[in-house]
Amino acid sequence: MIAWESLDLEPFLISFKLAGLTTIILFVIALPIAWWLSQTKCKYKPVVEAISSLPIVLPPSVLGFYILYALSYNSPIGAFFEEAFGVKLVFNFTGLVIASCFYSFPFMIQPLQSGLESLHKNMLEASYIAGKSKFQTLIFVGLPNIKPALLTAVIVTFAHTVGEFGVVLMVGGSIPGETKVASVAIYEFVEILDYTTAHIYSAIMIILSFLVLLGVYTFNRHQNRRLGVA
Amino acid sequence: MLEIDVHKPLQGSAGEMNLDVHLTIKEHDFIALSGESGSGKTSLLRVLAGLEESAGSIRFADEIWLDEKRSLPARKRAIGFVFQDYALFSNMSVEQNLLYVKKDRALATHLLELTHLDALKGRLPSSLSGGQKQRVSLCRALMNRPRLLLMDEPLSALDPRMRTQLQDDILNLHKEFGTTTIMVSHDPSEIYRLANRVFVLEQGKIIKEGTAKELFLKAQGSQKFSLRGELLDIIKADVIYIGVVSIGQQIVEVVLDEKEAQTLRIGQSVQVNTKAFSPSLSQ
Repeated sequence: MIAWESLDLEPFLISFKLAGLTTIILFVIALPIAWWLSQTKCKYKPVVEAISSLPIVLPPSVLGFYILYALSYNSPIGAFFEEAFGVKLVFNFTGLVIASCFYSFPFMIQPLQSGLESLHKNMLEASYIAGKSKFQTLIFVGLPNIKPALLTAVIVTFAHTVGEFGVVLMVGGSIPGETKVASVAIYEFVEILDYTTAHIYSAIMIILSFLVLLGVYTFNRHQNRRLGVA
Repeated sequence: MLEIDVHKPLQGSAGEMNLDVHLTIKEHDFIALSGESGSGKTSLLRVLAGLEESAGSIRFADEIWLDEKRSLPARKRAIGFVFQDYALFSNMSVEQNLLYVKKDRALATHLLELTHLDALKGRLPSSLSGGQKQRVSLCRALMNRPRLLLMDEPLSALDPRMRTQLQDDILNLHKEFGTTTIMVSHDPSEIYRLANRVFVLEQGKIIKEGTAKELFLKAQGSQKFSLRGELLDIIKADVIYIGVVSIGQQIVEVVLDEKEAQTLRIGQSVQVNTKAFSPSLSQ
């Protein structure tokens, strides 16, 4: 028999808290950059695009190693934070959020950028002519017209952060109640041959992920119909 | 007074060319810009709107919009712009499209009533017809009470009946709001109805100017009737030849003699002249 009451759901809570925070922070950081990338003719655009896509192709261990190094007391950044604010950035939740922001950055910026690039140029110009600034145009005309891309960016970033493993393990370790997220918990259950709990945890992940993605695609279909896109 | 003196290199359809326009337009005039596609009409309009950069100067009344030192951004130029493809804000209803420009509900209601759109004010643009969309776009362009109204082929995507209706709307609004209006158009009948002055552009330069009548009335000398069309076909019927010519939306037949039939080529642009009859109009 499975002991349901003894099932520890805390790793899931940490996963979702981490993913939620990462998504909010990344949205604020990535939106202005995506807007700039979508509108600019600057010759350095490919450089910025390449850098922002790096986390997709790099092995999580490479990313994790550099982030770990940068945030640790051995690097100027880590030393500065510890001396100035008394904050340690590795092997705690804060470090996990910072690492996740790097890891999930492309998943936020790419849908936003391609959504903003697909906006009808004349529509944005009509807004400028109406006397509105670039910021007002982005908020009132840009974003409402890329709702599917917006939702994709937010959900995929969230889901991708929930699903991350390597970077989290390297930067956060596996401290119960602090940095032990669901994916790490599953790894540990398999390691100690507790397949039953590993099965339950994995099933919960699959079902949640499926429901989230189903929600996104259903919403996008409705949006496209409503705005007459498809 | 709108004083324009702009120079800008353009990538035209026939390679590089220079937009080089020097113009003075009186306030409250209705100007038509005509010319082949790729002649720089739209670019000129976009430079006036501040949507494209250019060298030179633009002054409107007491304001400097462009000189060597600075270029006033589009959002500070107090203009209205009507795009060929409407460019409505697709996330906003008809009324919201107007109110976004300026929170002036009374003016929005007035404009929507004038253009018979008041019943549709809650609808999203995607549910409107082309003519309705362009009327919304026209109303939206006037919400700031612009002194200069720019229109880039506003009616070219609409069917002929809808065009006539919208021409009335444009003319009424031009008069009511006292705007100086510049419209890009290819359609001589539209230009004749609306504009009091026409500039023809070619390769980025103004090659002709005048009234619509001076520029488009083709009959010369003793000709009573003169139409330009495309020769579609030459058919031999017994001893004569018949040329089939398309003029506007109509197709007519003209009798040709053998010599004409041999010199003319199918696809050629031809002039159909007559002075023998007095044409009559019927409904």
